[in-house]
Amino acid sequence: MSVVLVGISHHRAPVELRERAALDLQRARELARTLAGENGEAVCLSTCNRTELYLAEESADEAERKAEAALLALEEELGPALYRLRDEAAALHLFRVAAGLDSMVPGEGEILGQVRSAHDAGATGPILDRLFRDALHAGKKARTETAIGESPASVSSAAAALAEQVFGELAGRTVLVVGAGETGELAVKSLVARGATIAFVANRTAQRAQELTSRFGGKPLGLEDVGGSLEHVDVVLSSTAAPGWTLSRSEVERVLHARKGRPLFLIDLAVPRDLDPAIHELDSCYLYDIDDLEAVVAETLAGRRREAERAEAIVVGEADRFREWQASLDVVPAIASLRARAEEIRAAELARAKLSGAERRAAESVTAAVLNKLLHLPTIRMKQAAAAADGVIYADAVRHLFGLEDER
Amino acid sequence: MAELLFWPALLAYGEAAFAYFGEARRPGRAGGLATWGVRIGWLVQTALLAVQAARADGFPWSTWAGSLNLFVWLVVGTYLIWGCRPRYRLLGLAVLPLAVVLFVLARVGGGTDIGGRSHYSNLFLILHVGLVLAAFAGFTLAAGLSALYVWQERRLKRRESSILRLHVPGLAKLDDVAARTIAVALPALTLGVAVGVARLEDRGGSFDALMVVTLVTWVVYAAYLALRHFAGWRGRRAAYLVLAGFVLVAVVRLALPVTHFAT
Repeated sequence: MSVVLVGISHHRAPVELRERAALDLQRARELARTLAGENGEAVCLSTCNRTELYLAEESADEAERKAEAALLALEEELGPALYRLRDEAAALHLFRVAAGLDSMVPGEGEILGQVRSAHDAGATGPILDRLFRDALHAGKKARTETAIGESPASVSSAAAALAEQVFGELAGRTVLVVGAGETGELAVKSLVARGATIAFVANRTAQRAQELTSRFGGKPLGLEDVGGSLEHVDVVLSSTAAPGWTLSRSEVERVLHARKGRPLFLIDLAVPRDLDPAIHELDSCYLYDIDDLEAVVAETLAGRRREAERAEAIVVGEADRFREWQASLDVVPAIASLRARAEEIRAAELARAKLSGAERRAAESVTAAVLNKLLHLPTIRMKQAAAAADGVIYADAVRHLFGLEDER
Repeated sequence: MAELLFWPALLAYGEAAFAYFGEARRPGRAGGLATWGVRIGWLVQTALLAVQAARADGFPWSTWAGSLNLFVWLVVGTYLIWGCRPRYRLLGLAVLPLAVVLFVLARVGGGTDIGGRSHYSNLFLILHVGLVLAAFAGFTLAAGLSALYVWQERRLKRRESSILRLHVPGLAKLDDVAARTIAVALPALTLGVAVGVARLEDRGGSFDALMVVTLVTWVVYAAYLALRHFAGWRGRRAAYLVLAGFVLVAVVRLALPVTHFAT
């Protein structure tokens, strides 16, 4: 059985093409069933960055033709963007995908769940089931043994991670959101996901502030009340389109005494900036604007790329293990025939012998042990040879030496 | 026997100190190796102290070097309360190199030998030396936490782009844990000093330089707690005060031993 992969990804296909080939889970399930047919195996992995078809069939050429036709049926113009990989290369590719090494943002965590869903929805047999299980294992291992997925990869998650540098866990920490636009919403989600509580949402229009509080909690405020609420919050997140400062140094300075040294973390996502940069000079106040956050993200992405080198080594090792397993399948029929022939001879000889009940039981036990010990080493050696690519030669030699040709 | 236990303990502490530097440079497996080094070193040193206690004629850590040995054990033991957590690992960068140096000093001064003698009653020494050393161990840990605070706060103020590369506890957490450590250590120092003063009253004698500096240390840490509680002192100012107190602890532990310790 060969493993074949045909697909498109963000490397060669622009989003206009990828979106036309994207499949939801139900359609991916149906396509996998169709491609697998009666005796084959197929999995369709479709995310926003890729649509890939994995097939396992006796004829690699036939499988590749079927997969190509299926993708071109989705969108004719995919042709030049398609890539085709087989066996070892296809397995290594899937392992890299699962580890996030083929993603736009190295180590992104979403892909592992998408590979799992594709596996669950696929029409798998022994080959693709093993391939996808190993890929998920490789993806998890790359993430646990390296820091490829640890650091934040977006401005909003970097802002939340920086808040944790100030407060430790964010559970119980309160946030003042200034400006209820879409820019700040992602950062609000990141903060809430890490346990922070939205205390106030201040906005120019009360309606939009109320919309946000109905989803994330908190109390709506007018922009003029921002200074007064500072005493009660730990984090200020500002992203308005206002031309001037929404919060000045003097306003923050006024509440410092009442805050009794509690740190205040301020995130300014607005351009032009909302928060007076001089706030950062105040004791226990930490102000990060969009440029600061982007610099942090750039650094963490560079860190992810450094970690990617270590993750690559893990993935290659896991892909090697899969290759060895797949190669060992080539010698399994020869091993099975050899054992069956040996067992047949043993049974025939025992049947010819005139033995009492107790003697027969003893003879059966002894001959079975002798047979197992005799065949143990050749079995191991054939599997090892299979992994080293000359397994078929060994298997043929065994068939010839033991007269197993007829059983092929 | 002491040789058999001292060197493995020193080796494990040394390995941990070295691994913490590795962890700071590139977070990963070095941190785990460091934590195991601390655990093993501390267990071996515990065995060393147990052997010393079993074979001594009286309280075995009444000398300056002996008390240094016990002090290292207390500092590392207190560190282990938090140090095993990944976010607090870098605290080991402040604690373990210090522990290694002090452990070697204790060894040079004969504090890790077996079979020591003491002129004082065991109860007095256990209460006085034990409590004072436990308090100083707490202050040392609080100083480590405060040093980590000052370093991390500086990185946040400078807006270092690499700030998320290392796992460090949040500033508020460091500040809080340092304060709680001092809140436990100060009563221990108070009791330890009270026992010493009571004995001084009973047997006669005069205050020496070490006693005076110890009392100043007590005043600094008491002021820290009071300022924190009543004036809301937190953050950088509070961290500097803890570090100032630790300078006095270092003076007491290292610079003034001859005026106080009797062998």
